[in-house]
Amino acid sequence: MPAASTVIASPPTSSAPDPQRPLIAPAPARKRDTTSLWRLRTYLYPYGARYLIMAVASVVGIGFSLLIPLFTQRVIDGPIANSDQRALLVLGAFAMAVGISEAVVLFLRRWIVARANNGSERLIRTDLYTKLQSLPMSFHGRWQSGQLLSRMMTDLSIIRRFVGFGMVFLVVNVLQVTVVLLLLLNLYWPLGLVVLASIVPVVWLCLTNEKKLTRLSRKIQDEQGDVASSVEEGIHGLRVIKSFGRFAHLYKAFAARTETLYDTSIDRVRVLSKFITFLEVIPTCTMILVLGFGAMAAANGELTIGTLAAFILLLLQLIWPVAALGMLLAMTQEAMTAADRIAEVLDAENVLVDGSGEIERPRGHLRFEGVGFRFADADTDTLHGIDLDIAPGETLAVVGGTGSGKTTLTSLVPRLVDVTAGRITLDGVDIRDLRLRHLRTQVATAFEDPTLFSMSARENLTLGRSDATDAEIEEAIEVAQAHFVHDLPWGLDTRIGEQGMSLSGGQRQRLALARAVIVRPRVLVLDDTLSALDIHTEALVEEALKRVLHDVTGIVVAHRASTVMLADRVAVLSGGTVVAIGTHTELLHTSREYRELMSAEFDLEAESDELRDHGPGGTDRRTRAEVAR
Amino acid sequence: MSAPVQQDPRGAAPTGRASRSGARDTVDVEAWRGVRAEGAEDIDQTGSVFLRRRSWALLRDLIRPHHRALWILLAVVVAANAARLAPPYLVQQGIDVGIPSLVDDRTVDPLVVTMALMLGAVIVQAIGNMAFIRGSGRVGQQVLLEIRRRTYRHFQKLDVAFHDRYTSGRAVSRLTSDVDAIAEMVQSGFSGLTTAVLTMVGVGVLMLTLDWHLGLVCLASFPVLMLLVRWFSRRTSVTYRSVREASAAVIVQIVETMTGIRAVQAYRREDRNNAIFSGLADRYREANVTAFRLVAIFMPGVKLVGNITIGIVLLYGGWRVLHGEMTVGVLTAFLLYLRLFFEPMQEISQFYNTFQSATSALEKLSGVLEEKPRVAPPQRPTPLQRAAGHVRFDGVEFGYVADRPVLPGLTLDIPAGQTVALVGTTGAGKTTIAKLMARFYDPTSGSITLDGVPLPELTDDDLRRSVVMVTQENFMFDGTIADNIRFGRPDATDEEVRAAAHAVGADTFIDTFAEGYDTDVAKRGGRLSAGQRQLIAFARAFLADPAVLILDEATSSLDIPSERLVQQALQTILASRTAVIIAHRLSTVEIADRVLVLEHGQVLEDGSPAELTSTQGGRYAALHEAWIESLA
Repeated sequence: MPAASTVIASPPTSSAPDPQRPLIAPAPARKRDTTSLWRLRTYLYPYGARYLIMAVASVVGIGFSLLIPLFTQRVIDGPIANSDQRALLVLGAFAMAVGISEAVVLFLRRWIVARANNGSERLIRTDLYTKLQSLPMSFHGRWQSGQLLSRMMTDLSIIRRFVGFGMVFLVVNVLQVTVVLLLLLNLYWPLGLVVLASIVPVVWLCLTNEKKLTRLSRKIQDEQGDVASSVEEGIHGLRVIKSFGRFAHLYKAFAARTETLYDTSIDRVRVLSKFITFLEVIPTCTMILVLGFGAMAAANGELTIGTLAAFILLLLQLIWPVAALGMLLAMTQEAMTAADRIAEVLDAENVLVDGSGEIERPRGHLRFEGVGFRFADADTDTLHGIDLDIAPGETLAVVGGTGSGKTTLTSLVPRLVDVTAGRITLDGVDIRDLRLRHLRTQVATAFEDPTLFSMSARENLTLGRSDATDAEIEEAIEVAQAHFVHDLPWGLDTRIGEQGMSLSGGQRQRLALARAVIVRPRVLVLDDTLSALDIHTEALVEEALKRVLHDVTGIVVAHRASTVMLADRVAVLSGGTVVAIGTHTELLHTSREYRELMSAEFDLEAESDELRDHGPGGTDRRTRAEVAR
Repeated sequence: MSAPVQQDPRGAAPTGRASRSGARDTVDVEAWRGVRAEGAEDIDQTGSVFLRRRSWALLRDLIRPHHRALWILLAVVVAANAARLAPPYLVQQGIDVGIPSLVDDRTVDPLVVTMALMLGAVIVQAIGNMAFIRGSGRVGQQVLLEIRRRTYRHFQKLDVAFHDRYTSGRAVSRLTSDVDAIAEMVQSGFSGLTTAVLTMVGVGVLMLTLDWHLGLVCLASFPVLMLLVRWFSRRTSVTYRSVREASAAVIVQIVETMTGIRAVQAYRREDRNNAIFSGLADRYREANVTAFRLVAIFMPGVKLVGNITIGIVLLYGGWRVLHGEMTVGVLTAFLLYLRLFFEPMQEISQFYNTFQSATSALEKLSGVLEEKPRVAPPQRPTPLQRAAGHVRFDGVEFGYVADRPVLPGLTLDIPAGQTVALVGTTGAGKTTIAKLMARFYDPTSGSITLDGVPLPELTDDDLRRSVVMVTQENFMFDGTIADNIRFGRPDATDEEVRAAAHAVGADTFIDTFAEGYDTDVAKRGGRLSAGQRQLIAFARAFLADPAVLILDEATSSLDIPSERLVQQALQTILASRTAVIIAHRLSTVEIADRVLVLEHGQVLEDGSPAELTSTQGGRYAALHEAWIESLA
């Protein structure tokens, strides 16, 4: 039952193609190992011409590289044998031309594919990023940012290497090996057979060793991960370790893990040493055989010396393509896994469905109707049976012990998570029917532990309203008492956050508050935003907040009595539901739970600060409380 | 020739040096990022020479124990390479001597000898090569192991003030990504590079011996190659740096978006983030394209020089053979040697990136290892077997910043067994007193003694056995709940662990877990509430059984029922030992024998809670009154 002020817009999202939709090809009905990798083909299309040139250039390049030994054969058997100086010059010039062409083709292939290869990678990367941003909190709660990061960086660069290198050479190498073998058989088939026979052990060696090496490399990666978690433990728990003097205890575990890593690395070295050595030795052995039989054949006149030379040169050209096969297959395997991991993110279903309605003149009348919430993997409700009616302009304080569900309650309003029972309405409209963007413009939340991004202070402040004027920024700074931003080395342009100036907890909270205020929402949610402020700042902020809260609907999660004073009414949350609701004074009389909460939240340090300024005696405190009311 | 390098030398890059004008010039693209204060990781031009010397010193120190092994390895690798270079020469012998003698003298002997020699060379090469790769791999891994352990130990030795400044994120990345960068260099190509260099030298010498005319012609390509390598290394050092910076910017953006996803979504930041991320991804792409294209010039460049040399060898060598000045076998050998000569050059380009990340990692690591811990262990320690717990501050002055003292001269005597609560305003110095007692810092002047022994004279073992601090930061280590309690005393029995949990009232919630004390905190870590973690931390401290226990806001994250439990437990825990409590809740303070009201690092009031409550006009009395009133 949409209210009069509500316009339900016709849903444009379904008809027009969504620019936010990832480019990945739809999943086929039957899934194979290669499916995900194949689905990424769509990202190559924008650079189709470049990839085509790459493929052609690779094949042409092989052709050229094979020509040089053949020219050598001609030079030795023709001009040199016949003492024909002119022919030597002509053939030599041809060989030179072919050599130069080979380099040019190689250059073209690498130069042209650079843009295509990195371009495709970037397309996937931005698609992943866009997708991840649109996925709801429930998704992000399940996935660590580190896992997502490794998909966006490591997995993607594996794919890039496969597309720009592995994929091509997998085909090209097989082609090259076939052609060279045919050439050799054609030049002198008995020797050709010798070479063909020698390839078998090389292929076998490569396949088994690559498998071993891949397994060891994974093991090393895992063990590096173990060492890394030991490191993190040692660094993050440093103060506890120091306090108990338990360095030796921790170091033992760390040393053991580094030892394991060392052992595996040595294992890898051992496999590698054998592998690399035999890879060099087998062709040399073949060369000995070729030389022996070749020399005999040459002596019998069955083979020219030029052919023998060409034979040996061509033989050397087989080594890399054959040796690389194992690596290329391992690379393909890796790329398939990486593609699976990427597709997994791109395919993740968004359970938070966008609505399509907008409220034309929002007033900010917020109602919770039988609201319940349960985490997807939990057995019990975090919140249940919550009924609240907050009139436009009214401010409701929410108090409760640790784990009573206060923060969950606040994140339901901007639909960071969705209710699992009942509904929340804004001006009579179920918030799930509203466009998310619209809803989140009406609701602004200042979080207790505010995330500051590594950006300028201005950018951080105007997070929810990038078009805010300087005057509006100033006003928000005033409300939140965040004047300190002007004292930063470059004022509002100073970079803050992890990669910039570090700020104290109180400063961060004040920025978070200003960030919420600047949005000019209809509903302002303050999730224990003042907890890290000292008492003087808190008083000033509260004074200013009162003006702001006068015009908007407010939900204030509070710990201290002074913050509670900002609200018209207080709801006590316990065991996931509202157990009492009323004014501060009422609740102090009627609710034992509330009294206990308030006594527990009585903050000695804050009160000491207060005392220092106003002197002993409770009168000032009382005055402040009265003003707040 | 190459694409424009997407590089702003002044301010755009995250680790670049930022300046006011730099930020203004690039306002459109980069304004959102803001200007960064000069970070500790910024290395300017003058500093880099010094850094390089510093990391060389570290490297020398690390290989010192392996000197002998390295000399042997050098001998081995030279032998293996000599053997590796023999086959082409022997092919020449086969063609020039073996075939004619077959034809003319009908004898296979020279050919068989040549083949036997080749087989011998192959065996030497195989054994030598394997020994070298293993040997150098082992040395490399041992160096790596030493780097890991030394850096870890060093970080643990460095004082808390250093860690406050350095931040845990940087410390972790020193020990993980930086060490891994060095590991990658050790793993890939380190032995390959040695072989490559040796091969080039050997081939050069051999070609000159085979036929110095043609040899000289071939070696003429060497300066050209060197020019190419120099160009490549200069350009890549710039480009790879910009690739690393661009990728770091992409990573920061991803991580911050994902960790701050709540704020991103609540503030409808998605579109602007997409725009910003597109820009960053473009920059990363362009940097990569530039890097790829450098390789696209370098590798075919090497190929071009190689192929032209082959062409010249065919022409000039053919001409010489034609005129009887050289044999066909030599010509073939030359063609084979040229392959060996040019092949390693390709490896260099692949190795370069790894090499650069490794050196910059080594620079950062050597920087950390040079830091001296400022809270140093005693030269001549005074033994203290069993402390009674008498703590005394004598004229202690301390400040975190030079001219801003937090404690302007504190004298305080806490007799053994007393429980003292510290109460006061923000910045009164309560936590500082606690940290000084735990010797996280040393006072700038004055002294702190335990049973009459100044803290700096105690060994770490003696001090930590006697003084334990529990803070809000109740870190859980990998392992089970029992492991985490046992952290307080690693040799404690299961019964003692259970007793400790029982004493602080942690057993109630532990028993509700299906696996009880064996519950893995890493798996359940997220689910252990702050209060539960706090109780485990208490049990840990109780098990450690120190003479002096410091509780810095240790009860503040407990909910009301848990706090009640802990308060009861505290009565027993604190009874037999000296204790200093900093608490936000009056109910916790009330259990103390003595309360100190502090302001600006000075004691304003000192007495039992009862005395202070009844002091007319006293601060503590006022606090007490306000508390009562807040409940009215």
